[in-house]
Amino acid sequence: MEVGVEGNGQGPVVEVRDLVKRYRKAKVNAVDGVSFAVRRGEVLGLLGPNGAGKTTTVGVLTTRVRRTGGTACVSGVDVGVDPVRARRLVAVVPQRNNLDRSLSIRQNLLFHAAYHGVPAAERTRRASELLEEFGLADRADDKPDMFSGGQAQRVMVARALMHAPEVLFLDEPTAGLDPAARLFVWDRVRDLRARGVTVVLTTHDMDEAAELADRVGIMDHGKLLALDTPAALTRGLPGRTTLEVAVVLDGSSAEDLVAGLGALDGVERVEPVGAATGPPGGWPPMGGGPMGGGRPGGGPPGDGGSPAGRAPASPAAPPRELRARLYLLGEAPAMVAPVAALVASHRAQLTDVAIGAPSLEDVFIALTGRALR
Amino acid sequence: MSTTTSPVTTPVRPRVAGGPARAFLAVLWRDLYVTGRELPVFLAQVVLQPLFLLFVFGKVLADLGFTQPGYTRVLFPGIVALTAVVTGLQSTAFPLVIDFSFTKEIEDRLLAPLPVGMVAVEKVVFASMRALLAALVMLPIGVWVLGSIPWPASGVPLFLTVLVLGCLVGSCLGMIMGTAVPPNRINVMFALILTPLLFTGASQYPWTSLDDLRWFQVVTALNPLTYVSEGMRAALVPEVPHIRPWVSVLVLILTIVVSLAVGIRLFLRRAVD
Repeated sequence: MEVGVEGNGQGPVVEVRDLVKRYRKAKVNAVDGVSFAVRRGEVLGLLGPNGAGKTTTVGVLTTRVRRTGGTACVSGVDVGVDPVRARRLVAVVPQRNNLDRSLSIRQNLLFHAAYHGVPAAERTRRASELLEEFGLADRADDKPDMFSGGQAQRVMVARALMHAPEVLFLDEPTAGLDPAARLFVWDRVRDLRARGVTVVLTTHDMDEAAELADRVGIMDHGKLLALDTPAALTRGLPGRTTLEVAVVLDGSSAEDLVAGLGALDGVERVEPVGAATGPPGGWPPMGGGPMGGGRPGGGPPGDGGSPAGRAPASPAAPPRELRARLYLLGEAPAMVAPVAALVASHRAQLTDVAIGAPSLEDVFIALTGRALR
Repeated sequence: MSTTTSPVTTPVRPRVAGGPARAFLAVLWRDLYVTGRELPVFLAQVVLQPLFLLFVFGKVLADLGFTQPGYTRVLFPGIVALTAVVTGLQSTAFPLVIDFSFTKEIEDRLLAPLPVGMVAVEKVVFASMRALLAALVMLPIGVWVLGSIPWPASGVPLFLTVLVLGCLVGSCLGMIMGTAVPPNRINVMFALILTPLLFTGASQYPWTSLDDLRWFQVVTALNPLTYVSEGMRAALVPEVPHIRPWVSVLVLILTIVVSLAVGIRLFLRRAVD
C-alpha cells in the first residue's frame, strides 16, 4: 500500500506559511502569522516562553488544533485539508503523560502501531527493538502507572517511533525531568537526527535548543521573531560578542591601556574586571552559555576562569595586572591580533585571552527586551 | 540506566496496510481487549444495580404481597431496558470525561489515521456492545431471581430490535454527557441526570397506566428510556397495554440520529481545538 508522499528528498518536510490560530473566545492570536520550513533530517527547535505559541504551532501540524489562517503541510500533505493522511506522517510526544494506563508498555507500542495499520509481525518486531533500544525491555510488561516522568517520556518516544513517522514532534520533551532523564532524551534526539528522522521540538530552555537543534526559531506572543542556526542567531548581536584579556602591566599605566583598547576599531567599550580593579566578578552572565565559544579562546580550561588568584599585589602598590572585557561590534577572533599588538606596544604582557560568545538568552533579550525566564 | 548506543531501528518506513476502516477496527479492538480482560469486574459493575432492583421489586415485595401478581412481568422487560440504556450511557460518558479531562489517554487514538468523528462513532459502537452484553446477562439473572421470565418466541425479533436501539440510545446520550459536561461538574451532573433518568423511564411501570397521573406521563414521554421499556413490553408481554411498537422504534431511531449528530459535534469540539 502507498503510504503518503515520500517527497523528493529535497523539498521541506514541514512547511508552515502565514499560520494564524485564534482560539475560541480569545482576544489575541495564539499563533500570529508564523512561517517556516523544516528540511528532511533536520532538528528544529522552537524556543520561547510559555504562551509563545509553540505548542499551538505543533498542535496545528499534528492535526489537533484547527488553524484559523495560513497553511501547514507535512511532506506535501496539507494537515488541515487531509488530516487523516497527515496523521500517518507525524508523531507527537506530548508534554503530559498520555500513555494508555489499561495497557502494558509493550501493548502501548503494539496498539499504537495497530492504529496506524502496521502489520502484526512487523509491529511485534519493532516493539521489541524499540523497547530494547530505549532500555525498557525488562519493564515491557509493566503498566505505565508505575513509571517515573522520565521513563514515561521514553515510552512515549518509543511509541511515537512505532509507525516510523516522517516528522517527530517533541513538545517540551524535558520539562520536569531530572538531569539524567534529560540527558537521556537529548541522546535519543541526537540518535534520531543521526538516523535521519526530522524532529521539531519546543522548549523554553535555551540550553536545550542550543544543544539539540540545527536551527532555532525564537517565538514570542505568537510570532516567530527569528529563525537560524544558534551560531548565526548569536553572531552579530552588536556589543554582545566579548573578548576578555588578562595583561601583566610591568609598570605601564592601566588607564592608558584601557583607553587604547577602547580606541581600537571594532571595540564598543572596555570594562575592567576581576582582581586588579573593580570588584572580583569572574565571568558575568554574558559569555556563560555552553554554546558557541563559551569555553574556547586562548588559555586552557581552568586558566581563563580564575581571575582572582593571580594578583597578589599589595593594596598600596600600583596594580600589576589588568583584566578587561572588550565588548565588540564584530567577530571576536578577528580582534585578537590588534589587541595583542596594542598590548605589546604598551610594553605589557598578554597572559590570557578568552572569547565570550552571546547565548540564545541574549538573542531573546535583544529581540523581546526581556529575559526568557 | 542502561543506554544502548547501537542505532537499532532502521529508518525504513514499515509497510502500512488498510485505511481508516482498519484503524477503526484497531481502536475498537483495543476497547474490547481491555473490557474482555476485566470482564467480571465490568459485569459486576453494570449488573448489580438491575439485579437488586429486580430482586427487591420483583421478588421481595412480591413475596411479601406488596405487589400484584403479574407485576414481575411488567418489571422484567423494563429492567432489561434500563440496563441497556444506563450501561450504554455510562460506557461512553464516564470514560470520555476521564479521558478528555484527566488522563488524555484518548489522544493516541485521536492521532490515529482515521477521521476524528470515527473515533466518536467507535466509542458509541463499543459502549453499545457493552450495553448489549449487560442487558443479555439480565436474561439468565431474571430466570434465577424470578424463577421464570416472559419469553414468547414471536416477540424475539422486536425484543432484539428494541434492545439494539436501546443500547445505541444510551451510548449516544452518554456521548453528549461525556463531552458537554465540564469536569468539575461531573458529579453533580450525573446525580442530576442519571437519577431522574432511572425513574422516569417507565421501566418500573407501564407508561399507559399513567393516564391518571398526566403530568408524570408527559415527563416520562420525554425520556427515551420510556420507549425502550415500552418496546420491550410490546415484545415480551404484549398483553400489557403499551405504546405501539412502531412509535417506540421510530422515536428511538430519531433520538439516535439526533443525539449521535450532537454527540459527534461535541466530541469534535473537545478533540480538536
